Amino acid sequence: MENGELLQMRGICKYFPGVNALQDVDFTLRSGEIHALMGENGAGKSTLIKVLTGVYVKDGGKILIRKEGSNEDLFEEAHIRSPQDAQNSGISTVYQEIALCPNLSVAENMFIGRSGAVTNWTEMNARTEDILNKLCIPAEAKQQLGSCSIAVQQMVAIARAVDMKCRVLILDEPTSSLDEQEVERLFVLMRDLKKQGVGIIFVTHFLDQVYEVCDRITVLRDGTLVGEYVIEDLPRVQLVSKMLGKDLDDVADIKSESDVKPVNKNTTPVLEARKLVSNAGIKPFDFDIYKGEVNGFTGLLGSGRSECVRAIFGADKVLGGTVKVNGVKVKIRKPIDAMKHGIGYLPEDRKLDGIVADLSVRDNIILALQVMKGFFRPFSKSKAEEMAQKYIALLDIKTASSDTPIGQLSGGNQQKVILARWLLTNPDFLILDEPTRGIDIGTKIEIQKLALKLASEGKSVTFISSEIDEMLRTCSRLIVMRDRKVVGELTGDDLTRNKVMSTIAGGEEV
Amino acid sequence: MTSNSLKKKSFVQKLVAITRMQLFIPVAALLVLVVFNLIADPSFFAIKLGQNSAGQPVFSGYLITILDYGSELAILAIGMTLVTSASGGQDISVGAAIAIAGSVILKVLCGNESRPDHMKAPIIVAFLVACVVAMIFGAFNGALVAFFKIQPMVATLILFTAGRSIAAWINNNELPIISDESFSYFGTFIPGCPIPTPVFIAAACMVVIFLVLKFTNLGLYSQSVGINPSSSRLNGINPAVVKLITYVILGLCVAVVGLIKVSRISTINYSVVAKDIEMDAILAVALGGNALSGGKFSMPASIMGAYIIQFLTTTLYKFNVNSSALPAYKAVVVIILVVLSAPVVREKFNQLKKSRTSGKTVKEAA
Repeated sequence: MENGELLQMRGICKYFPGVNALQDVDFTLRSGEIHALMGENGAGKSTLIKVLTGVYVKDGGKILIRKEGSNEDLFEEAHIRSPQDAQNSGISTVYQEIALCPNLSVAENMFIGRSGAVTNWTEMNARTEDILNKLCIPAEAKQQLGSCSIAVQQMVAIARAVDMKCRVLILDEPTSSLDEQEVERLFVLMRDLKKQGVGIIFVTHFLDQVYEVCDRITVLRDGTLVGEYVIEDLPRVQLVSKMLGKDLDDVADIKSESDVKPVNKNTTPVLEARKLVSNAGIKPFDFDIYKGEVNGFTGLLGSGRSECVRAIFGADKVLGGTVKVNGVKVKIRKPIDAMKHGIGYLPEDRKLDGIVADLSVRDNIILALQVMKGFFRPFSKSKAEEMAQKYIALLDIKTASSDTPIGQLSGGNQQKVILARWLLTNPDFLILDEPTRGIDIGTKIEIQKLALKLASEGKSVTFISSEIDEMLRTCSRLIVMRDRKVVGELTGDDLTRNKVMSTIAGGEEV
Repeated sequence: MTSNSLKKKSFVQKLVAITRMQLFIPVAALLVLVVFNLIADPSFFAIKLGQNSAGQPVFSGYLITILDYGSELAILAIGMTLVTSASGGQDISVGAAIAIAGSVILKVLCGNESRPDHMKAPIIVAFLVACVVAMIFGAFNGALVAFFKIQPMVATLILFTAGRSIAAWINNNELPIISDESFSYFGTFIPGCPIPTPVFIAAACMVVIFLVLKFTNLGLYSQSVGINPSSSRLNGINPAVVKLITYVILGLCVAVVGLIKVSRISTINYSVVAKDIEMDAILAVALGGNALSGGKFSMPASIMGAYIIQFLTTTLYKFNVNSSALPAYKAVVVIILVVLSAPVVREKFNQLKKSRTSGKTVKEAA
């Protein structure tokens, strides 16, 4: 396979008010390679991608693309000022959220907005079948796109990009909503495209996936280039330390270093739920959590993990069951009831349920405590500012000021703000539902450590994560869910990856 | 660290920051209108101290008219801003609701007579009854929006359609006239005071809303609910109740304007009173640079927007624009103002300025 350079970005600069988002960044993509773009949140990955795709206009530097059809290294400068320009230059992007129309057929999605590409329905369907077969995508041309799995939809988006003669394909976090099998299928497709000479830029937070498919890694940190590496030359630990800018002593064993005391199960549980059931379609379940304990719900996506904690918090309509807080029977019908009993809930979907995007970081931090304090007792501006500053410093939230709307922060920093919101209420029992999804590894570890620290201070934490390793690192007891019911509870020596996997999978596996 | 970098901002950056402020568009619009009038006819700004028919000293002039009639709009804009923020929609029934409130006041004051010699109840009682009625109608609108999740404009269309006939029905379609002079003080002048009373009433309303926003969480709650209702609920707020409250507050504003309206002429004309005032009130909110889709709001900007709308109307009257052609002229000006204040356009402006300023810094660096 030819390995000539395809795309050169030289000295790219991009400024935002008060921030140098990109400073003199170089990036080189060769044809027929899968190139991982790595960095923490706020390192400049997204900005670089957006400059390349024309969402942002760069403030300095050059983008050079090899002239099509020439064997020599003839480069011409690409003036990319809009996504349309990028597409004309052969640069296509597939985002995490699929930007296709689920109510149209696969073929229609493949050719929508491409006037002149096909002339009639028969030709369109035939060509689509052709493309699908060539790329081994398990879908039919006439099938409605919405009826395909997310992974297949993503593949259709990729196929569309490829058919539009794209030479540079950008995959921005394509795997975050896929299960393992689907990821594997996506990788097959990616390798296939690689053979055809497409240059792929792969943005992801999953280290395993980087080492599975990528050839090269470019690492960014704080808007500057750290370096470009061939994958064999950069072991994981080094990659992580380059991303963080410091040596990572241990990613694996944070539980042993924190002083979480063994939980005394003879005491009254902080929260005790019996036969709790909500309208979100879960089977009635029992749940206990003790003082100083970190436990967790595990299971596949859609197994009912989030629905359980939502029932505890009163976020969904509770249909039955009893809840005792510190041994006293209570009624939790809506979130404010739970909050008044010292329960905090960091929701799974940060954008939809967590942040109030246009409000300032300060208002977002004080929101929950302010609501608990009452409608007629607002905090003074100075008091609110003081609390906000305290938590911005404590959690190292990167924001221009406490007045900045939270929507302008990076994902990891938004999540820290939501964490700050609940820490501020000083809850006895904090539920963290996927607190580490879509955020960088440094912040991930910080959040895991925080959960353990809270426990060592005598709080109780329930932790939910899709990453089993993360759960094993933080939780001392795992509640396993399958098909919307609790199927097991693991503690002590049972807390191993294999045991958890087999419990999730269940005994009756074929 | 951050305070240092803030201090170091250049003059250009400060200028850009000013254009980004929400008050920029309304202030700029006001300046344009003022300059236009200064050039066209400076006498527009003349204020004369004359005497009214009762021999009392009163100020007169176009500016006084603007302050007088703009006050009605400003009061409505207060409620409309809150409704817009929390529910992401507008109440188009305020004109009809004003007719109802006015009709209720006359009913209480006149009883069943159409020309009573003296008022049957103290004005304050009539006003309070009107407040309760208007708030009930507000709650009706609010309940449709908050609990039945009907689009605000559709929900309030009901009262928009029915309101004026309800108003007429309250007084058996008669037009009671109040001869007692003290009743006219609210819409005209208090003897001895040359400034129109609605100005004071509006000022009082502004002080009240300022205090409410300062000493309650109304602002935080309504913005939060308008931006992200799901997140607000998970933080313990009841979004439906917050929306309902904003409609009730608008009802209160409606009652106040209703009092001013009937007081001005000491009677009521059901089909004409406060006609199309809802559109001006909504425009005031938009002119203030507040998103009509809800969320963040600036109360001073909305209030300013109200006075600018009145400024525009009065300017057009001054230049003898035919009253039937007035809305068309107004529409043109409003289109320009609203397009200029649209977030899309502002974003473009900012980008233009940014690329210029950052271009400079790059050159300097090189």
